[in-house]
Amino acid sequence: MSTKRVESTQKTNELIDKLREKHGTELMFHQSGGCCDGSAPMCFEVGDFMVGSRDVKLGEIHGSEFFMSPEQFDYIKGTHLTIDVVEGRGSSFSIEIPLGVRFIAISRLYTNEELENLEEIEVE
Amino acid sequence: MGFEKPKFKEKYENFIGGKWVAPVDGNYFEAISPIDNGVMTKVAQSNKKDVQLAVDAGWAGFESWGKTSVTERSAVLNKIADAMEANLEMLAIAETWDNGKAIRETINADLPLAIDHFRYFASVIRSESGSISDLDSNTVSQEIHEPLGVVGQIIPWNFPLLMAAWKIAPAIAAGNCVVLKPAEQTPVSILLMMEVIADVLPAGVINIVNGFGPECGKPLALNPGIRKIGFTGETTTGKLIMQYASENIIPVTLELGGKSPNIFMESIMEKDDAFFNKAIEGLVLFAFNQGEVCTCPSRALIQESIYEPFMKRVLARVEAIKMGDPLDSSTMMGAQASTDQYEKILHYINIGKEEGAELLAGGDKFENDAYPNGCYIQPTIFKGNNKMRIFQEEIFGPVLSVTTFKDLDEALEIANDTIYGLGAGVWTRDVHEMQTLTRGIQAGRVWANCYHAYPAHASFGGYKLSGIGRETHMMMLNNYRHTKNILTSYNTHALGFF
Repeated sequence: MSTKRVESTQKTNELIDKLREKHGTELMFHQSGGCCDGSAPMCFEVGDFMVGSRDVKLGEIHGSEFFMSPEQFDYIKGTHLTIDVVEGRGSSFSIEIPLGVRFIAISRLYTNEELENLEEIEVE
Repeated sequence: MGFEKPKFKEKYENFIGGKWVAPVDGNYFEAISPIDNGVMTKVAQSNKKDVQLAVDAGWAGFESWGKTSVTERSAVLNKIADAMEANLEMLAIAETWDNGKAIRETINADLPLAIDHFRYFASVIRSESGSISDLDSNTVSQEIHEPLGVVGQIIPWNFPLLMAAWKIAPAIAAGNCVVLKPAEQTPVSILLMMEVIADVLPAGVINIVNGFGPECGKPLALNPGIRKIGFTGETTTGKLIMQYASENIIPVTLELGGKSPNIFMESIMEKDDAFFNKAIEGLVLFAFNQGEVCTCPSRALIQESIYEPFMKRVLARVEAIKMGDPLDSSTMMGAQASTDQYEKILHYINIGKEEGAELLAGGDKFENDAYPNGCYIQPTIFKGNNKMRIFQEEIFGPVLSVTTFKDLDEALEIANDTIYGLGAGVWTRDVHEMQTLTRGIQAGRVWANCYHAYPAHASFGGYKLSGIGRETHMMMLNNYRHTKNILTSYNTHALGFF
């Protein structure tokens, strides 16, 4: 089986379910870069954030697509991401913020074995 | 010397139409100080309905404010500055509790700069003019400035009052009314500022609505009643803001962060003099404001030939950074602005270690005896290469990534190898090097033999993914107004076409 680039914890899956129910719609993620609230996975209702034509889809977590900009992917491509949930307020347009919790991306370097088996993705 | 904690009210409402207005749905959220992670007070958790009230109040205020003479507008801006100055220490202490930064910075930098911003725009609107062109002997073209109306502004948490001043002062100086959403991490100090200036401010000119991004920021950016949106923050929300603005076809200015290079050429060590001392401090400025600055000089590029002796002096200076109680005027570095930010920075420090960067200083949290539950991190320096994540991603904390270069060409290549282009620093005694570097760097603000100076009369903004538009400087006024052209003919004869 190939190595997934982005995965989620049980807490993340539960929060995704809760947000789907609250918003009555499918969700998506976009990893942000830069400034005050950067480098965080941001969760939106599908259709609310216009995914860029060159944005890279890293995979899906609990059935929701996960994207980032190609410029960011370029320097993050050697790391595996696990999306988790922690207590405490974040500060962005991500839809979980009002609940007093926030998604975070925990990254680690791939092992050599994993690197040989990475899931294929499209990058322009 | 320590400072007493201000007596915050139990809760704060929104400031709309010159009055304190409770949030329509009656919800409030807790404002937490990163100094001790304790609750300071509660503020309004606003939504679309509150935003609408604020936009309506803005338009009501605009009826008179938009027609006010520059003389009167200028006087109001000066009165705002005077009122803030009269309450400087109280506002500085509140800012320190809200954000966590050391009191010596809020007293000596944040507040004086914010106050000066209002005075600067009060003065430039008195002295500028539109223009008139004689197109021919009977045709005159006049270029006249008119305000946009009500504008939306969403500001960050790293300099809550100064960023408010940067956005509010030019907007109202140009004759607009403002609806501003502070960051949910730092919603309080701006409310204390509004209490201080409420008496000198015509109703509806500045409206403050607090709340969360998806509930309050989004409806503000999407509101068809605003004529412009200004945002400072990160890239994904920046894209979202542009997308929202496209719905109403309104202009956008964005300031989205950086990974600013600070370049040290070997000539700085020709003498061990006052200038060399200044250059050492110039590197250590990565720790200014706990590194929570969009222009943080977070990549130091040092010429190979001076690396060892220069770093030896730098590390001694970093060692001398005093951490402790942010309310003590001798403390140099305070708390990171939130647990969110604190955890993110520690995560990046781990990434640096995992990537194999060499840890030269710090590398861990700081145990603050005064506030064991607060968000404190040691000033941290890594040595590595520019392809590492800690050199490419904005950490927004006191974490410096250092690398070396052989010559000027390599310095420029590394400096520009980043997706951002907000700030940069160049340190040299050689004027020719200075010219090549300052012009060769792709960034909106290049500090030459200085760093982290933010005068009102110097423009600020980004190249590349660091954003669109400029802040500060009088050119900022044009972000907030229309140009109307009145083309007058004094010729009494028809064209003769029909």
